[in-house]
Formats: sequence, C-alpha cells, structure tokens
Amino acid sequence: MNDNNERRVVSVIVVNEASVLSRITDLFSGRGYNITSLTVAPIPESKYSRLTIVTSGSIRVIEQITKQLHKLIPVLRVYEHSDLVEKEMALVKFPITENLSDISAICNAYNGKIVNVGNDVIITMVADEPKRVDHYLEAIRKYNPKEIVRSGAVALER
Amino acid sequence: MQISGAQMVIEALIAEGVDTVFGYPGGAIMNVYDEIYKQDKFQHILTRHEQAAVHAAEGYSKASGKVGVSMITSGPGFTNAVTGLADAYMDSIPLVVISGQVPMSLIGTDAFQEIDAVGISRSCTKHNYLVTDAKDLPRVLKEAFYIARTGRPGPVHVDIPKDVTAQIAEFDYDVKLDLETYKPHVKGNPRQIKKAMEAIANAKRPLFYLGGGIINSNAANEVRDLVHTTGIPAVETFMARGTLSYDDKLLIGMLGMHGSYAANMAMSETDMVIALGARFDDRVTGKLSEFAKNAGVIHVDIDPASISKLVNANYPIVGDIKNVVVEMLKHVPMIKSDNYEPWRETIENFAQLHPLTFHEDSERLKPQWVIKRVGELLGDDANISTDVGQHQMWTSQFYPFTRPRQFISSGGLGTMGFGFPAAIGVKAASPEKTSINFTGDGSILMNCQELMTAVEKKLPVINIILNNNFLGMVRQWQTLFYDKRYSETDLSVQPDFVKLAEAFGGIGYRVSTKEEFDVALKEAIERNIVAFIDVKVERLENVMPMVPSGGSLFNMMLLEKKESK
Ligand SMILES: Cc1cc2nc3c(=O)[nH]c(=O)nc-3n(C[C@H](O)[C@H](O)[C@H](O)COP(=O)(O)OP(=O)(O)OC[C@H]3O[C@@H](n4cnc5c(N)ncnc54)[C@H](O)[C@@H]3O)c2cc1C
Ligand SMILES: Cc1ncc(C[n+]2csc(CCOP(=O)(O)OP(=O)(O)O)c2C)c(N)n1
Ligand SMILES: [Mg+2]
Repeated sequence: MNDNNERRVVSVIVVNEASVLSRITDLFSGRGYNITSLTVAPIPESKYSRLTIVTSGSIRVIEQITKQLHKLIPVLRVYEHSDLVEKEMALVKFPITENLSDISAICNAYNGKIVNVGNDVIITMVADEPKRVDHYLEAIRKYNPKEIVRSGAVALER
Repeated sequence: MQISGAQMVIEALIAEGVDTVFGYPGGAIMNVYDEIYKQDKFQHILTRHEQAAVHAAEGYSKASGKVGVSMITSGPGFTNAVTGLADAYMDSIPLVVISGQVPMSLIGTDAFQEIDAVGISRSCTKHNYLVTDAKDLPRVLKEAFYIARTGRPGPVHVDIPKDVTAQIAEFDYDVKLDLETYKPHVKGNPRQIKKAMEAIANAKRPLFYLGGGIINSNAANEVRDLVHTTGIPAVETFMARGTLSYDDKLLIGMLGMHGSYAANMAMSETDMVIALGARFDDRVTGKLSEFAKNAGVIHVDIDPASISKLVNANYPIVGDIKNVVVEMLKHVPMIKSDNYEPWRETIENFAQLHPLTFHEDSERLKPQWVIKRVGELLGDDANISTDVGQHQMWTSQFYPFTRPRQFISSGGLGTMGFGFPAAIGVKAASPEKTSINFTGDGSILMNCQELMTAVEKKLPVINIILNNNFLGMVRQWQTLFYDKRYSETDLSVQPDFVKLAEAFGGIGYRVSTKEEFDVALKEAIERNIVAFIDVKVERLENVMPMVPSGGSLFNMMLLEKKESK
C-alpha cells in the first residue's frame, strides 16, 4: 500500500483535436484519480500535441491508466517515465519594495531571473526540477510574494 | 458528388451494406429522416422508445455479426439511448449510433432539446464524434464503422448538428482511412504462442476459460478444434455460451457466481488457465486472491487493457482469437491428450457429486423446467434472448445451446428491459429462427411498449414471462442475506399480461401446467404473431448453486440434495 502515493509522470502524444483533453482527463476523474499537474502544447510541424501528466498511484493503477490511455482512439503513444529530465517553471510577483538583489540571487540559483519590472511589482521566473521549484518557493516566502504561478511539469526521457 | 449532410448519412449506410436501421425521429434529425423516406435500400424499424432502438440494434448485431445501427434525435432522444450505449460498451457490441444535435449556431445556448451528447457518451462508447462540417461526414462515418467493428468491438456515437445535415459538400466514400493512432493488434506473437503451448503441454490440469471474445472473433469453430484435439476440458463464461455445444464431452459448464459446481471446482484446481477472450469479471472470479490460485495464466485478448487487469498473466498474448487459435493449432502435436485423463476424471467426479439440476417438488411449475422444455422442443431452431434476473441465469444454465450467437443477453451492464427489443433485432437479423425472449415479470414492463414495433413490423418474438410475482433476483438476495426483509420486491400487483399483449394486437397466454405450456408455445409459433406467454412459476425458487458475492469459487452454496423421483 505504501507505494500508493508515489509520484508518476506520464507523457501522452495525441492528435490535436477538440475533444481530446476531456477524453484524457475523464479517464482519471472517472476512476477517482487526481491529476497533480497537466501541461499541453502542440508538437511543432505535426498534427500532434504532447501532454505531460503528473499523478500519483500504485504501479498497478498507473499500468492500467497507461493502457486505458492508449486505448483512446486519438492517442498515439503513452510513456510512463522512469529515467527522465523534468522541468517546471514558476512565475512570482513581488512588491518592488522587497530586497531585489536578494531575490535576484535566489532566482539565479534556480535557473531564473527577474523578467519584468513595473512601478509597484517585479516578476521573476525560474525553471527547474519540480522539487527544486518547491524549494525555491520556500526560500522566497519571506519576501512576501503577491502571486505565484506554476506551469506544471514537462518531461523527456533521457 | 455534391450532396447534403443528410444524404451523406444515407449514402454511407448504403455503402456499409446496412440493411436495417432502428430508430426514432425528432426535430434535430429530421433532415436525415426525410432522406430515409426517399430511399429504399434499407429498412427502418421504428421502435417505440430510443432505448429499445439501441437494444434492438444490439440484438441485430449479436445475431448477425454485423454492425448494428440506430438513429435518434437530440436531447431526450439521445438521453433515452444512453442505457443502450452503455450496455453495448460493456458487452463489446459493435454499433454506430447517429444522433441529431441542435444547429451549430445554437450549441451552448441551452437551446431547445440541447444536451452535450458527446460529453455524456464519452464514457460509455468506444469513440464518439461531434461533426461540425459536412465535409468531414464521409470520413467520420467511415471511421465510425471501422472503429466499431475492429479491435475490441464497441459502440461509436456520431452527433450531427441539424445545419450540418442541411449543408452541401463533396461526398466521396472511397476516402482512405488514415488512423495513425488506432491500429488494433490482431496477430499474436508466434514465439509467445509457442511458449504458451509448451506450458500447456507441461501442465497436468490445464483448463480452457472461454469468453465472449470468441464470439466476437467468429472463432468458435477453431476453438472447438483446439479443445477437441487437445482433450483439455473447458468452462464458458456467460458471454461465451454456445461456443461449445451443450452436449460436448469436454464442456464442464458455465463458471462463476451461478456457474456449475464442477466448473468452479475445475477453475479452483487447475494448474494452467487458458483464457480466450475472457475478462476475469468479478461475477466470474469471486474472491480474486483465491481465483485459480495455483495456476499459471495464459491470457489471449485483443485489448491489452484486459490483460493483467485483475489477474496477472504469465503468458500475455495480444491478438484476435481466431488468428491466435489458428497459430496454436499448429503446435497441438506436442500436447499429449492422454496425460490429462486423470484430470478429466477428477472433473467428471465433481460433476457427478453436484450436477446442475433442480427439484420438481412444487405445485407451481419450476422456471427451470420451462426453459428445459423449450430447449427440448426448439433446441437449435431458436435464438434465445433474456432480460435480467433469475430467469436469465436459469436460461444460461439450462438451455441446450448448440452454436455461437444463439444466446443474446445483457451480461456486463445487466440491463432489465434489454430482452424484448433485443429479440426484435435478433428476429430482424435471422427471420428463419424462432426468436424467444425469456423474461421476468419485472423486466418485461421495462420495454413492453415494443409490442407495437413487433406487431407493426411482423417480428413475432415469443416472450416467455417466468412470472414469480417478484423481482426475483433481488428477492433471492433478500432471502439469503437480508433476513427475508422483502423491501420493494413483491410484484403481487400486476397487469393482465394476456390483455396487455392483445391490446397491441399481439397474442397472450396464461399457463400454469406443463400441458398448457406446450399448447401455448405450439400455438404461438404457429400463429406467428408477437406473443406473451405468462407462466406462473414457483415464487421462492433460488438460483443455485451460488457463490456469495466476494466469496471464493470453491465455497458454493449448493442445491439441497433430494432423492430424485
Ligand atoms: C445477474 C447476473 C449474474 C451473472 N453471473 C455470471 C456468472 O455466474 N458467470 C459468468 O460467467 N457471468 C455472469 N454474468 C455476466 C458477467 O457480468 C459478465 O458479463 C461476463 O462474465 C463477461 O464475460 P467474458 O469474460 O466472456 O467477457 P466479455 O464481456 O464477453 O468480453 C470479451 C473479452 O474478449 C475480448 N475480445 C473481444 N473481441 C475479441 C477478439 N476478436 N479477439 C480477442 N479478444 C477479443 C475483449 O477485449 C474482452 O476482454 C452475470 C451477469 C448478470 C447480469
Ligand atoms: C434497469 C435495471 N434496474 C434494476 C436492476 C436490478 N435488478 C437486477 S435483477 C432484478 C429483478 C428482475 O426481476 P424480474 O424481471 O421479475 O426477473 P426474476 O429475477 O424474477 O426472474 C433487478 C431489479 C437491473 N438489473 N436493471
Ligand atoms: Mg420476477
């Protein structure tokens, strides 16, 4: 039972058409499984899109979901990743009154930087492994972030 | 050829060789119905309820092996049909169901009779389409038929807005299908098949576990060869009845919750399960951890998601049953049938110990007797459908099935109301056979309006109502597990079934003795009109043997022993 909540990353290559996203999310929701994050974008110069889904479940559950995903007519391929490079982006808005050089230095440590400076706020961007993004968000808490957006993970098999 | 969307639907159905469509018109699908009116290439059967239109298409498909087609309107027409879609999905029945939708410009505005049909059907179809441009229709319809009948068959739903059926576009049905993402795997891996056959040769107590996939694959002949040349005993699922003839020496019977003692014991004692197109359903396995506990598992299925879903397969083989069995037959010489003689004897002993039987010990007729009697009188000459409940299980247990596609019943969804419309579809597909529907006093009321369809279209289905004045199957569970608290299952208050049939122009009989039954059946067949035969049967008869829900197959509740007269 204890591997029940293990985190899994699944990539799905699908035909880029109207109903495809709901077909996929229905498979999860119909079985009561939660999707932690989901990213979708078209694959350049093809009729396909790539979805990266982060979820959790036992090996058996994931194996069944993988097979069910594959059974959907518009699905071309499903990868259940084990050895992968995984990145996630986070945008954070800070009041301009915070210590900008500190923030900038922390961003640097997480592959990021300040990407926008306005009158009242600055926006930073980092891109790193999801776990490291967690750490980053922990580290910047004391600088009173006003808004945080995470992109969800994207992944490629090594 | 430049034609309207509605005309395209007609042309596509003709090109697919469809000869019968079951449906019900309404606003959003009227353009298509207008074209149905103008053509004479296929017949349209107007059922009296959309649910029945889909069940009839299922019956038609199961009896004929072809794709069943039904046509319905938007909104309530569609929602009425959903039970049929779900039923076909669970039992892997190939259908194309075409529904009308409100015009594109009104979609999303809560228009009259608008419902998100593809949103609803997504989870109970193999695939579905909302067609937004008539130029896509030829491709979509062609794909729909292709997807419905190939791989693991299933229902495909095509939703067409009204303005799309009016739109004019180019129709060319010779489009080449380009389904890069859908390529069912039909040929089993020959090396894996050889390994599986070696494993069988090394087993002492192998057992065929035959499933509905054999019927889908039209592989009963090949499977019969395989069973006979190897001498390996076989059990059938409910969905596989008729794969082997009832009198086949190697057929032990149906397994599962209401399977025979011998079949369930064989499954518990086997050391090598050979599953062909069976999906380890919970009605079959009972307690999973005890199911075929000491056996290796060979699992042949066209759907990879069926394999190792519930029981781990040591030899997974993805492929079409027919292809795989033909390949298996090549390796039969390595199997020594004589080696299994002790195993066959063991099974014979199980069968002797607790044969599948019933006691004729009541004043009222026993429902099992009625089914056996119809078997004696009609046997191979009848196609048999059922509704859902005790009568359904008794039919599976006691009718002498001799061929695949003879038995048509709702297994996966267990839909009361399935039997009568399905039998209408069966009769339309094979008019030369008598079409019998064994039904219950509860189930028959769930689609009795189909009397009208059967009368109008001269489809003389004979409904044999095994009338126990109960929702019998639920009553049985209340007797056994709820201390006889018969909550809402007593059907003492009933219509006059004879008058009901007559009111529609059918014929009705009420019988309570064997002699009356024989007369009624004979007359119903001769008069060739849709009939209700209301048979008063023993009220408190239970379906036995039984594996209590969640129990192990080898722990069955058995029929009490009595000296047979
Ligand atoms: C009240 C009630 C009681 C029941 N009790 C029992 C019982 O005691 N015993 C029993 O057996 N059932 C019982 N059932 C029926 C049960 O619910 C299931 O419907 C049934 O067991 C499933 O049969 P199956 O495993 O053969 O699968 P099916 O539903 O027939 O599935 C077919 C399988 O074959 C595969 N397949 C399809 N086409 C092909 C092909 N061309 N090549 C290869 N594979 C293919 C599919 O992918 C699928 O896995 C009961 C039902 C009801 C309503
Ligand atoms: C549509 C639907 N509703 C409810 C059920 C639950 N159910 C299963 S069997 C049964 C009783 C059926 O009674 P009847 O048709 O008289 O058959 P019997 O069991 O008496 O032979 C019921 C209510 C069902 N299977 N389908
Ligand atoms: Mg009843």
